[in-house]
Amino acid sequence: MKSGSNLEKVLKAGHFAFTGELGPPRGCDVEEVREKAQHLKGNVDSVNITDNQTAMVRMSSWAASLILLQEGLEPNFQMVCRDRNRLAMQADILGAYAHGIKNMLCLSGDHQMFGDHPLAKGVFDIDSIQLINMVKIMRDEGKFLSGADLHGTPKMFIGAASNPFADPFEWRVHRLAKKVNAGCDFIQTQCIYNMEKFREFIKQANDMGLTEKTYILAGVTPMKSVGMAKYMKSKVPGIEVPDEIIKRLQGAGKGKVADEGIKFACEQVEEFKEMKGVHGVHMMAIEWEHMVPEIAERAKVLPRPVVD
Amino acid sequence: MIVADKKPIEEIIEEIKDHEKILILGCNECVTVCEAGGKKEVGVLASALRMYFLNEGKEVKIDEVTLERQCDHEYLEEIRDSMDQYDAVVSIACGVGVQFMAEKYHDTPIYPGVNTCFMGVTEKRGLWTERCQACGECILATTGGICPITRCAKRVLNGPCGGSVRGSCEINKEIDCAWQLIVDRLKSLNRLDDYETLCPLKDWSTDRAGGPRKVVREDLQQ
Repeated sequence: MKSGSNLEKVLKAGHFAFTGELGPPRGCDVEEVREKAQHLKGNVDSVNITDNQTAMVRMSSWAASLILLQEGLEPNFQMVCRDRNRLAMQADILGAYAHGIKNMLCLSGDHQMFGDHPLAKGVFDIDSIQLINMVKIMRDEGKFLSGADLHGTPKMFIGAASNPFADPFEWRVHRLAKKVNAGCDFIQTQCIYNMEKFREFIKQANDMGLTEKTYILAGVTPMKSVGMAKYMKSKVPGIEVPDEIIKRLQGAGKGKVADEGIKFACEQVEEFKEMKGVHGVHMMAIEWEHMVPEIAERAKVLPRPVVD
Repeated sequence: MIVADKKPIEEIIEEIKDHEKILILGCNECVTVCEAGGKKEVGVLASALRMYFLNEGKEVKIDEVTLERQCDHEYLEEIRDSMDQYDAVVSIACGVGVQFMAEKYHDTPIYPGVNTCFMGVTEKRGLWTERCQACGECILATTGGICPITRCAKRVLNGPCGGSVRGSCEINKEIDCAWQLIVDRLKSLNRLDDYETLCPLKDWSTDRAGGPRKVVREDLQQ
């Protein structure tokens, strides 16, 4: 065991993992976090806590992660390269681990111009692949980036993101290889809607032997409405929404679009369960945490395994 | 070259409105090429200011001088004898020139007339784009001659990030994705194997993180 986190145990035991996501509040309302957490409890193996997602300032990811621990859930502490330099990152990794956080997701971060402080200076001292490698050095070699010894090492289960739908497509799998080489233990992908492209991506990853070196969790976000689908298609960089998905939602009829969105998500989960090289699903029900119990039920991923 | 852009006239007026004897000082180098601070722009700015003060009913003397450079002692010395005629200077050289002037002429306020933008190229007349951030540790040998520090919005050294779409950066479709350019370039150089090599951490101490920088060449100082 690298970390002994629940997520690691579930994956190592060969179970199909199911992770969730929770966005911290735009304020310090602890109850908001607790309320969202209750919907996820028992329905997922670990919960990603986003780090100023879309560059909007929120309660810090480590702080919201601690609230999750108090609620008896396992957090997956996200860290972006946009807001911290290497000193702050290492400090937060040590602090997070000291409080019992055992999973991390290493990300570049959305550019600050997308958020509520577009005039901010983006830090980008190191990039996401270097961040992966930094956590690995801290965990496996017990060293700071400077080479000095750590007193007590953070045994993190190291995650990274992969976006099969960004360009250049033929090079996405090579960037995944870089992340694996840098030391990531698991991957959570960007939201998948174009299944054909994802099948091709995972085939490439299988052919390169990457899916034997890292666990891959396929990213799923159920569509709540036609508007959401259109917005994601046209406005969110790196997300591909095929027209047939939009047509399918449009054809669902009044009041039934969200249900159709969940139905499509569950079909995806069913396919991922059988797909070679996919080890689980990362369910990003954005601001829809209360639907996770139903989604998990309909996706037939319950009960979640308990691994000692 | 250093690319600059003219400041709005209102901002310059605000800087100098209380002065009466003003020198508009141009530079014959980079800012001339990017048409922000050369002899021509000195003339245009001086005329506009004269017009403004005339309309305001204020008698203000405005002179025009354009030096060969504002980043070398010898050229700045050329105006030493006439400096006592002015109670303010608007330098429309880059920020380097403004500061060197201020260092040299302690008693005279020196105001900037341009915003210094970046080091870049002339793509065509009226369009200049950035190429170098002077990070002090050039990595172009490994990136096919395309700089991710300068041209990637996130300075990603192991790119492209997940926001690269059809060759464009996530922040603006008009901006090329630096890593798409790098991958394309490595492909045409037949050096794609380089792509999978992990780019090491950047030493920012040679960049601004190390404080103001200097280059010392003792062999030339003899």
